Amino acid sequence: MTLFGVRVPMMASLILWCVLWEIVGRLDLIFLVPPFTAVLAAAWELVNTGTFQRATVTTLWAFFVGMGFAIAVGVPVGLLMGRVPAADRLLGMWVNVFVSAPLSALVPVLMILLGMGETTVVATVFLFAVWIIVLDTRAGVQHVPASLLEMARSYGAGRWRTLTRIVILSALPEILAGIRLGMIRGVKGVVIGQLLISIIGYGELFELYSRNFLMEQFWALTILLFAFAMLVAEGVGMLEKKIEYYAGVRQ
Amino acid sequence: MGAVRRIDAARAGRPGPATADPIVQVRGITKRYGSTEALKDVDVDVPRGKLTTLLGPSGCGKTTLLKIVAGLLDATAGEVLVNGKPISGPGPERAFVFQDFALMPWATVITNVAFGLEMRGVPKAERLETARHCIREVGLAGFEDRYPHELSGGMRQRVGLARALAVSADVLLLDEPFSAVDEQTRRKFQEDLLRLRHQENKTFLFVTHSIEEAVYLSDAIVMLSRRPGRVNRIIEPAIDRSGSPDEIRRDRHYLDTVEEIWHSLRDFVE
Ligand SMILES: Nc1ncnc2c1ncn2[C@@H]1O[C@H](COP(=O)(O)OP(=O)(O)O)[C@@H](O)[C@H]1O
Ligand SMILES: [Mg+2]
Repeated sequence: MTLFGVRVPMMASLILWCVLWEIVGRLDLIFLVPPFTAVLAAAWELVNTGTFQRATVTTLWAFFVGMGFAIAVGVPVGLLMGRVPAADRLLGMWVNVFVSAPLSALVPVLMILLGMGETTVVATVFLFAVWIIVLDTRAGVQHVPASLLEMARSYGAGRWRTLTRIVILSALPEILAGIRLGMIRGVKGVVIGQLLISIIGYGELFELYSRNFLMEQFWALTILLFAFAMLVAEGVGMLEKKIEYYAGVRQ
Repeated sequence: MGAVRRIDAARAGRPGPATADPIVQVRGITKRYGSTEALKDVDVDVPRGKLTTLLGPSGCGKTTLLKIVAGLLDATAGEVLVNGKPISGPGPERAFVFQDFALMPWATVITNVAFGLEMRGVPKAERLETARHCIREVGLAGFEDRYPHELSGGMRQRVGLARALAVSADVLLLDEPFSAVDEQTRRKFQEDLLRLRHQENKTFLFVTHSIEEAVYLSDAIVMLSRRPGRVNRIIEPAIDRSGSPDEIRRDRHYLDTVEEIWHSLRDFVE
């Protein structure tokens, strides 16, 4: 970011926004915006409460189980679509519809199907994350250099070993990018799922705070969630960088 | 024309020129891509233990023909025999060296070189030893644990060559292996290829569009016409390769042959 021609590092601009928030909060203009320091204090208190910790466990569990399913289904389906044109034609339309559809609208349907419990939240995470993983995996498979596939064939690799030794490794950068984007969507999924059900995990807390106008706690929870989403994306991003060197080498 | 012995494919009658002991026989190969006819009724005999070159203008079907011989492409008509038996796909007696190297960027040099052996189920210790030997053979000793992106184009192609040597195939199929490397590397590579050809008792089928390269390296040159590619004629430049590379390049037969091919190619370029 540049400001008046001077490069401002990310952190500096973040601090600027925090200061601005603090001032607005101190001025007591809008009761919805308490001072930033008060929110931080609330955040610290919050993470030390049993309610929050239990909600965190519930949320993380739903998130990682949902993501696990999304990866376990998304990657193989993407591989299949990338390798088998018939499968691509059959599934392509649906994947493209769902990847950009407003999936929140489907959560009530899931609630009817799966009840008002954890399962629905897991299913929501899955539903939010899986499509982009499928699409990115498929793109990665389609970008495997034709000559690498010919090389494998000419040296006697069968279908299975071509898949495991060439296709998956070659598509790994795209697969990881898909998983990273899937995780960001998954965080959305877990929050929206919990909010709509509103008796589980953070959803219950959000419901509690907003109903009782506990704005400090409300914002504290929001900030913690944002931080979590960024941390998750950053983690996968780091993994991606590790293998990035060969993505650039491919023709 | 002195040492240049020519056989006119058309006059020698079919199938192709008579070769005492052909390891690869191409019989009436035609290849169509949709409505494009890339090859038409091609007959070629590749003599065992020799270096045969496919020479022709770009787009005449050289790569197509080589890939059909490799078993990577199906012909529209005709058949390829290796050691007298018709092929139905890639086989252990043939190894391919790719124009764009086709190295696995995530794997080290030695893993790349050992790939063919790994696919054949050779135990790890044994295949690494063979791979190490072949890496030395192509002059890359010390680079075993490097990654392809750390190597120059010429070195990458040496890895591709070592991989083909490692599986100890009888026939090496090389598709313009030097087209992506600079001129010095190219010359060095050509000399290495000549040396390898003498050391190892292998058959090379080599694709190039460089007349000089073809004459410098080959025992026989198969000249393909423009699309659809047909065997125009076969030249056997009997060049004395006992001298130094520079002496060979100044050799009168070498120069005459280059000149002659240039003239006959010019006929159908225009
Ligand atoms: N997969 C393909 N689909 C359609 N046409 C192709 C394909 N591959 C090659 N061709 C055409 O066949 C002809 C011969 O190609 P190629 O064998 O690559 O020639 P060369 O290697 O001699 O330059 C060219 O005209 C090319 O455009
Ligand atoms: Mg070619």
